[in-house]
Amino acid sequence: MHFAQGLKMAFKSIRSNKLRSILTMLGVIIGVGSVIALVGIGQGTSKQIEEQVQSLGTNLLTVNILGRGVTSTLAYEEAVQFAGIEGVEYAAPYNSNNATLKYGTAGAGVNVIGTNADYFPLRGYELAAGRFITQIDLDFHQKVAVLGSATAEELFGSENPVGEYVRINGVRYKVVGLLAEKGSSALGSNDELAVIPLTTAERMFRSKGVRSVYIQAESMDALDAVQAEVEARLAKIFRNGDDAYRVFNQADMLETAASVSGTLSLALGGIAGISLLVGGIGIMNIMLVSVTERTREIGIRKAIGAKKRDILMQFLIESVTISALGGLLGVGLGLAAGRAVSSLVKIDVVHSADMIALSMGFSILIGVVFGMYPANKAANLKPIDALRFE
Amino acid sequence: MMDGKTERPLVRVEQVSKEYAMGGEVLKALNGVSLTVGYGEFVAIIGPSGSGKSTLMNILGCLDTPTSGKYWLEGEEVSRLPENRLAEIRNRKIGFIFQNFNLLPKLTALENVELPLIYRGMKGAERRERAMEALRKVGLADRTRHRPAELSGGQQQRVAIARALAGSPPVLLGDEPTGALDSKTSGEVMELMLELNREGHTIILITHNMDVADQAKRIVRIADGVLDEGGGAACISPRD
Repeated sequence: MHFAQGLKMAFKSIRSNKLRSILTMLGVIIGVGSVIALVGIGQGTSKQIEEQVQSLGTNLLTVNILGRGVTSTLAYEEAVQFAGIEGVEYAAPYNSNNATLKYGTAGAGVNVIGTNADYFPLRGYELAAGRFITQIDLDFHQKVAVLGSATAEELFGSENPVGEYVRINGVRYKVVGLLAEKGSSALGSNDELAVIPLTTAERMFRSKGVRSVYIQAESMDALDAVQAEVEARLAKIFRNGDDAYRVFNQADMLETAASVSGTLSLALGGIAGISLLVGGIGIMNIMLVSVTERTREIGIRKAIGAKKRDILMQFLIESVTISALGGLLGVGLGLAAGRAVSSLVKIDVVHSADMIALSMGFSILIGVVFGMYPANKAANLKPIDALRFE
Repeated sequence: MMDGKTERPLVRVEQVSKEYAMGGEVLKALNGVSLTVGYGEFVAIIGPSGSGKSTLMNILGCLDTPTSGKYWLEGEEVSRLPENRLAEIRNRKIGFIFQNFNLLPKLTALENVELPLIYRGMKGAERRERAMEALRKVGLADRTRHRPAELSGGQQQRVAIARALAGSPPVLLGDEPTGALDSKTSGEVMELMLELNREGHTIILITHNMDVADQAKRIVRIADGVLDEGGGAACISPRD
């Protein structure tokens, strides 16, 4: 008997029992569908996180000062010295405070960053108008501000804010620059902020020193050496207190993100495996019922010359057809569900061809494994017994 | 008739016994049965129920193997063959006609007739042609697309006969082929079988119906697992 003939028989049998076939497939459909959808969402999310981390620059170090005793900050002078370490491209110490900005009657509560000139290239900001903060602004405690695009829009509408004055917590600042729009990241919006010189911020918020420093190495290769040197200097400043500061690097963050998404994928794979297993058991159950129901048919087929192999193939092809069809419908369901999720919630859903092929392959395998026992049972029926069966 | 083959009988059964173990007791369904059937014969094996005629039929049809004894079909000893070889012999050498037709209800008449040819591995076009020819022979050329449920009992049995004929096997085995039919259609089916026999087909019938057996050229009686050849038709017990 030819394969095509077996396929034709399988489709005939599936079609003549539509409801039952669909219910049988349901396990595989749901299993494959959930794998495709969940893994798509998982991959989309981890890709998003990865992009965000990378957009910060992979050769970025973040120093956070937690403090110990009275010294809870790093003096600005100490912080800028990190820029002198070999291999460092930028070092931007910064403070961040919430403040109210006012222009005329318009007001906005924003994050006011006090920092130096290195902050802008380091964070990847570009100018839409005006200029950035410069070293001279810091030296002379200038009351100048650079506004993020969202903040500027809130206060000025579509007007150009450069040259205008805003009040930050009641103090007049001249707007010298407007940042180009950057979009949001996992850490929140990048456009709702105002940047002022660090020295001005120290006075204004009455806090000496900085709590955080961004340091960017010239290259990935230089990162480890830079990190070691930064840590050595911090150790000198905060004697006997290595929990007074934390140094993160982006590679670590990427690694963490990757391991999180790896664990997630594994968990999803496990869930999918279990649901496919349940689907497989469903197929086996129905195939066993089908073999019993069709004992007489098997007897007739054997009487007119079907060999063991013919019967085995017939039932195996049938169970594989059911599971493969289920897998195919499941892929469709998963893609549709992924699309629905990505349009409802703002999550990227990334479907990989590998995953689709893998789950299709797995559902076919399920059909073979769980169809084998019923098919074998059918093939081993004795023709006279099967013919006598009512 | 195929005279060239007369020196080698089509069916030769020698001292065949079949025993069943039933709750510790051994039941002898067949007890040393010997039978020879030549090409072109029309033999009726007649006996009451429980006489062993169904067992004999199963062995003749290679559906079952004897406990002891030998069976040559077209000169080939088939009583000890493995299952796959028996399937092949059933496919090529035997055409079954069952009492309850045994058609597959989900297939059309044509597809039912094609079935043995599918298992023979015959290609689509040739297969369809041979199946059509067989249906034409039994007078059902206009019913090819009908399913068994859409056909009368007599028509269903004619489809079954067409299926038996399609593979042009040397022997047709009928197990009470008219048992489920009324007397009119049963007469028609018998007429068809006689016609086939006249065309040269060898037919072995199993029945307990004397009227049916009377139409055969040769009657063999079986009772309690023992064959009695050449007896007159009149001495069949009327207990059925």
